[in-house]
Amino acid sequence: MAVSVDVQNLSKNYGDVEALKEISFSVKKGELFGFIGPDGAGKTTLFRILATLLLADSGTATVEGFDVVKDYRKIRKIIGYMPGRFSLYQDLSVEENLTFFATIFGTTIEENYNLVKEIYSQIEPFKTRKAGKLSGGMKQKLALSCALIHKPEVLFLDEPTTGVDAVSRQEFWEMLKRLKAQGISIIVSTPYMDEAGLCDRVALIQDGSIMQISTPEKVVESYPLELYTVDSADIYRLLHDLKKLPGAASVFAFGQSAHLSFQKGKLSREGVLDYLSKTGHKEVQVKPVKPNIEDCFMELMQKG
Amino acid sequence: MKRFWGFVVKEFLHIFRDYRTLLILFGMPAVQLILFGFVITNEIKDARFAVLDLSKDETTRQITEKITSSGYFRLDRNLNTYHEIEAAFREGDIRLVVVFEPDFARRLEKERAAHVQLIGDASDPNTANILVNYATGILNNYLLSLNAEAIPLQIIPEARMMYNQELKGVFMFVPGLMAMLLMLISALMTSLSITREKELGTMELLLASPLRPMQIVVGKVFPYVFLAFINACIIILLGWAVFGVPVRGSIALLLFESFLFISMALSLGILISCITNSQQLAMMISLVALMLPTILLSGFIFPVENMPVILQWLCHIMPPMYFITVIKSIMLKGNGLFFIWKETLILIGFTLFFILLSVKKFKIRLA
Repeated sequence: MAVSVDVQNLSKNYGDVEALKEISFSVKKGELFGFIGPDGAGKTTLFRILATLLLADSGTATVEGFDVVKDYRKIRKIIGYMPGRFSLYQDLSVEENLTFFATIFGTTIEENYNLVKEIYSQIEPFKTRKAGKLSGGMKQKLALSCALIHKPEVLFLDEPTTGVDAVSRQEFWEMLKRLKAQGISIIVSTPYMDEAGLCDRVALIQDGSIMQISTPEKVVESYPLELYTVDSADIYRLLHDLKKLPGAASVFAFGQSAHLSFQKGKLSREGVLDYLSKTGHKEVQVKPVKPNIEDCFMELMQKG
Repeated sequence: MKRFWGFVVKEFLHIFRDYRTLLILFGMPAVQLILFGFVITNEIKDARFAVLDLSKDETTRQITEKITSSGYFRLDRNLNTYHEIEAAFREGDIRLVVVFEPDFARRLEKERAAHVQLIGDASDPNTANILVNYATGILNNYLLSLNAEAIPLQIIPEARMMYNQELKGVFMFVPGLMAMLLMLISALMTSLSITREKELGTMELLLASPLRPMQIVVGKVFPYVFLAFINACIIILLGWAVFGVPVRGSIALLLFESFLFISMALSLGILISCITNSQQLAMMISLVALMLPTILLSGFIFPVENMPVILQWLCHIMPPMYFITVIKSIMLKGNGLFFIWKETLILIGFTLFFILLSVKKFKIRLA
């Protein structure tokens, strides 16, 4: 399959801080590729380099075969870029924003209306409203419409769902899937682990390094430990006590429960139950659970 | 080209949405002009003065009357001793004290000379100077009228003030104000509008689009050329309608020179926004680095010739000085391009210099 974005040994420093350390990956045409990682992992820096807005210190990157340094002007014509911060003109209306971005890319709303129809039709009833007065979800939809209106070949979305409610987030991902179906390569970053499962492939990124690149399923499959979810009446004390349990590889809060992992054979369900009744926990439940991306991420982070 | 016009339309929308700024933009020339025209004035009338008459004779009474009826002075009080002079000044209202020596009239007659002392309040040196000069003039006139025949030779100066017969201060302020306001609108507003995009993060989107730096910069500047030009017309019109400041030379030439100065200030604004990243910094630079020199180092308020040599050099590298010279020359003297081609060329030079520098400094990336 043809390559849309190719990155080799990309590094970027801000003074003493290494934002990206020798990153390499490639994204296929029409792929929905996710970067999962916490704040400060280097996601925004990477996106800016790919959008030709920053220069890397070393390494190479190409977008649709164009070099991000030499051919930046060609890349700027074919990409759609949505920065992490809401960056539209707050004092212009919804429609004026969209018209403006259509015009500077040499097109019109009518010409590419098909592409943005599904997204834009949801905010169209408010098209005379100022962009600054929209809700978080609507702002995101407008920003996506603006990034799409010129029919880009590659879409860079930097944390598009941060600060957006759960329903809007779900809608947003459904829209991305439909865009992917039209053959647009999409590279998206998110701090939300639960969104990782919606990508074709994900890269787990931490402190400027990619820890793993794989399909979400494979990431989960490669989880090397046994994982249990543990409940108790006193979750706070439960976390505290589990951490002291000999043989536990990791313990962290997951919703209202605790996730406990350990090397295969080191501990057993009975052993854990026994330990917890000794430490005086009530209403204790210990169940094996299938790991999700977040568990994998935590495990990889501990190793790193 | 369509992209460029789309950009210009967006800029106009920004400006018209922000009607408070718009109000300031167009209200400011009127308010400033009226303030400068009416408040800051060197003309003196009804300055209060006091008399310490130690002679109290017919002559001193006549002189006091002459001073009082001149229109420049108003007799505030009569003093009785030297000690009261200081107290009178301290109270603050009195600008001048006239002291006649004892036996004034007798000495004038017998010794052909008598002394009168003029004491000015030099906490305001300009006014004190002018008042002492006026009073001296009145005394000299009185002396002439006393013994017109006794002096065989006389030189009588007949002064005429060319280009501004009535010595109106506003004639001086209109050109200066034009320089100041055009500088403010052009440089400050453009530098703010570009740094605002940087602050809001929209510059990131503009850079990641196919727009070229030139299109962004020129598109930003375009609306302000209009606004500044309209402002220039408002100032000229108001100056003429309210204060009778004439335009004796060619109006077309005046507008052309204004246009040139506007372009210069706009390119300076772009340069400022190219080297700064925040609106606050851009504003500080525009205000401190542009406004103060425009007011102080341009001949607007203080004549350049009277400054120390180093400051004169500074004036010569400040564009406003040339512009003020040019418009004074056109408006008040009615000169044509023949007399101001040197200043015009210098302004063109400044403009080109700033544009080239900002295109060079404009970043095609974020860092």
